[in-house]
Amino acid sequence: MDANTTSPDGRGYWRATIRLTLWLLAIWFAASFGAGILLRDFLDQFSIGGAPLGFWFAQNGAIYIFVALIFYYCWAMRRLERRFGIEE
Amino acid sequence: MDWTLFWVAATFSLYIGIAFWARAGSTNDFYVAGHGVHPVVNGMATAADWMSAASFLSMAGLIATLGYGGSVYLMGWTGGYVLLALLLAPFLREFGKFTVPDFVGDRYYSRTARLVAVVCALFVSFTYIAGQMSGVGIAFSRFLGVDFNTGIFIGMGIVFIYAVLGGMKGVTYTQVAQYVVLIFAYTVPAIFISLMLTSNPVPQLGLLSNLRGDEISMISRLNETLTGLGFSEYTATNKSTFDVFCITAALMFGTAGLPHVIIRFFTVPRAADARVSAGWALVFIACLYTVAPAVAAFSRLNVIATVNETTYVAPGETYAMQAAEVTASGAVPSPAWFARWEATKLVAFDDINGDGIMQIRGPDAPDGLVNEVTINNDIAVLANPEIARLPDWVIGLVVAGGLAAALSTAAGLLMVISSAISHDLCRRTFFTGMSDGTELKVARLAAAAAVVAAGFMGIYSAQLAFVAQVVAFAFGLAAASLFPVILLGIFWRRMNREGAIASMLTGLISTFAYIWHFKLGGGKAATADQWLLGVSPEGIGFVFMLLALVVGVIVCLLTPPPPQDIQDLVEDIRVPGRRGRHGRADADMAPH
Repeated sequence: MDANTTSPDGRGYWRATIRLTLWLLAIWFAASFGAGILLRDFLDQFSIGGAPLGFWFAQNGAIYIFVALIFYYCWAMRRLERRFGIEE
Repeated sequence: MDWTLFWVAATFSLYIGIAFWARAGSTNDFYVAGHGVHPVVNGMATAADWMSAASFLSMAGLIATLGYGGSVYLMGWTGGYVLLALLLAPFLREFGKFTVPDFVGDRYYSRTARLVAVVCALFVSFTYIAGQMSGVGIAFSRFLGVDFNTGIFIGMGIVFIYAVLGGMKGVTYTQVAQYVVLIFAYTVPAIFISLMLTSNPVPQLGLLSNLRGDEISMISRLNETLTGLGFSEYTATNKSTFDVFCITAALMFGTAGLPHVIIRFFTVPRAADARVSAGWALVFIACLYTVAPAVAAFSRLNVIATVNETTYVAPGETYAMQAAEVTASGAVPSPAWFARWEATKLVAFDDINGDGIMQIRGPDAPDGLVNEVTINNDIAVLANPEIARLPDWVIGLVVAGGLAAALSTAAGLLMVISSAISHDLCRRTFFTGMSDGTELKVARLAAAAAVVAAGFMGIYSAQLAFVAQVVAFAFGLAAASLFPVILLGIFWRRMNREGAIASMLTGLISTFAYIWHFKLGGGKAATADQWLLGVSPEGIGFVFMLLALVVGVIVCLLTPPPPQDIQDLVEDIRVPGRRGRHGRADADMAPH
C-alpha cells in the first residue's frame, strides 16, 4: 500500500485505516474460510448445543461474526476520524 | 387459493401506491435517489435488492439436500458484505458518480475501460434478471392458475410502473415494502416449525436443540435418519475442501462486485453512511440467512418423517375419505400437504415396486429399495406453513413473499441496465452534449426497453440455457472482471488504464469460456478431475479473479503511470470530505 495524501493527518489516517482493515479481514477469513472450511474437521470434535462446531460456523456462526465486524469497523472508523480531525 | 390472490393483489397495490408517491424529478433522483436515503432504509432496500427468488424459495431446499455442502451459499452470500463495507462502498460513494462503469471510466480516464465495464455489467445483470422474471412466471402459473407468459406480463407491468416512473427513488421505497413482506412470510412459519419440532421458538436455537421429547440433538437424529436410508450424513459433503473454498470465495467476491448491489450504496448522503448502511443490509439479510439452515434441517427431517413408509393417497376431492379408510385399516396415509402440492408438480410419487407405499431412499439404501419420491427444492419453504398447520392466510403470504423477492431484485437489476445505457453509453460516450432533462427521458426509455427485454428473456428462459447457470455466470463474472479493477482503483494509486483494461478482459473472457465449456458446451459431462485444479465452474471465478489481479498489475507496471491528476483523485477519495474537483476525471461531469 502506498503512503499518500497531501496533508499529514490524511496520511496517518489512511495508514491507520489500512491497518484496521487488514486486521478485520484476517478475522473475516478466520471465521469463514478458517473455522467453516479449513479447520472444520478439527472443530467438529466440539459441539455447540447439539451441532458440531465447524458445521455451525459454516451455517450460522460466520454470519454473526460478519455482522459484528462491520459494526465494529464503523465504530472504529468514527474514532479514527475524530483522532485525525477528519470531518465531512 | 383465495388468500394467495388476496395477498398478491394487496402487496402489488401497495407497490404501485409507493411508485406514485416517489416519482423521480431529475437524473440525480432517477439514478441515486438524490443521495438522500437514510442508511437504515438503504440497508433494508439493499437486503430486498439482494435476496432474490432463489434466496427466498430455493436456498433452504438446496441446503436441505446438500447439508454441509449448502454452507457455501450461506457464507458466500453474506461474507461479501464485509468486503463491500471495508473495501468498496465508502470509497465509491466518496468518488461521487452514478454507476459502476462511471467509476471505471473516470478513474481509468478511458472510454474503452468504461465500455468494457458496461459489457460486464449488462451481461451479469441480464443473466440475473431473466431468472427473476421466469420465477415470477412460475409463481403465477403454479399458484394463481394464470398462464406462465401472462404471469410474466403482470410482473413486467408492476416493475414498469415503479422503475420507469420513480427510478432509483421509486425502487428504493418499494424494496423497503418488499423486504417487510418477504421477511414476515419467511420467519413466521419458521418460528412455528421450530416450536413444533424442538419447543424452541427461535429457529437459530432450534437448530442446536434436541427434538421435542428426544434424548439426542436434532442434527444427530437427522444424520442417523439419513444414513439409515442410504443418504450421506447431513454434516458431510462430497465436494473437495479446495472446491468448497473456491466456491465460497467466488460467491463472496462476486457479491461485492455485483453492480446492482454496489449502486445501492450511491444513494446514501456520505461515505460514513455507506459503511453503516452495509452493516444494516447484512443485519436484514442475516434475519433470513441464519433462519434458512434451520428451515432446511427441519424440512429434511419433516419430509422423511411424514412421507416415508406411508400409504399413498391420491389428491382430489376423495382424499379425505380415502385417508380415513387407510387410517381405519391401521396404516398411515400420505399427508394432505403432499397431495396438495402434487397438483403443482413440485412433488411426485412413482410406485416402482408396486406396493402402494412411499419409499424415500438414498443411493446406498441398506434394504436395497429404490427411491420413489421426488421433492422439489422449493417445497422446503412453500410447504412449511401447512406442515406446521398454520392458517390458510399464512400459506398465501409465502407466495406473495416469493414474488416480492423476485420483483425487488428485478427492479434493482433494471436500474443497472438502464443507467448503463442512458448514462454510460449515451451521455458519457456517444452524445456527450446531452442535457439533464434529455438524459432523464432517455433513462426512462431505457428502463422501459429493459423491462420488455427482461420479460422476453424470462419467457424464453427455457431456451436460453445460460439463464439456469446464473450462480456461476453472474457471481463468477462479477468477481473476476469487476472486483479487481475497483479494488486496485482505490487501493493502488499507480494502477493505470492499460492494466485495468487487460485485467477486466482477462477475467471476463477466461471465466466466461470456462463456465460455458463446462456448463453448456463440450465439457458438460466432465468429472471433477477434468476441471482446472479440480475447481467447479461455480468456483472458477475466484481462480480467474486472482489471475486478473496479477495480469492487471503486470501490464500496469509495463506501461506509464496514470496522470498526476488521477493519482490526486485517488488520494482524495480515501479521506472523507476531501473530494475536490479533478480536471480529467470530472471534465464532463462533476462529482455529487
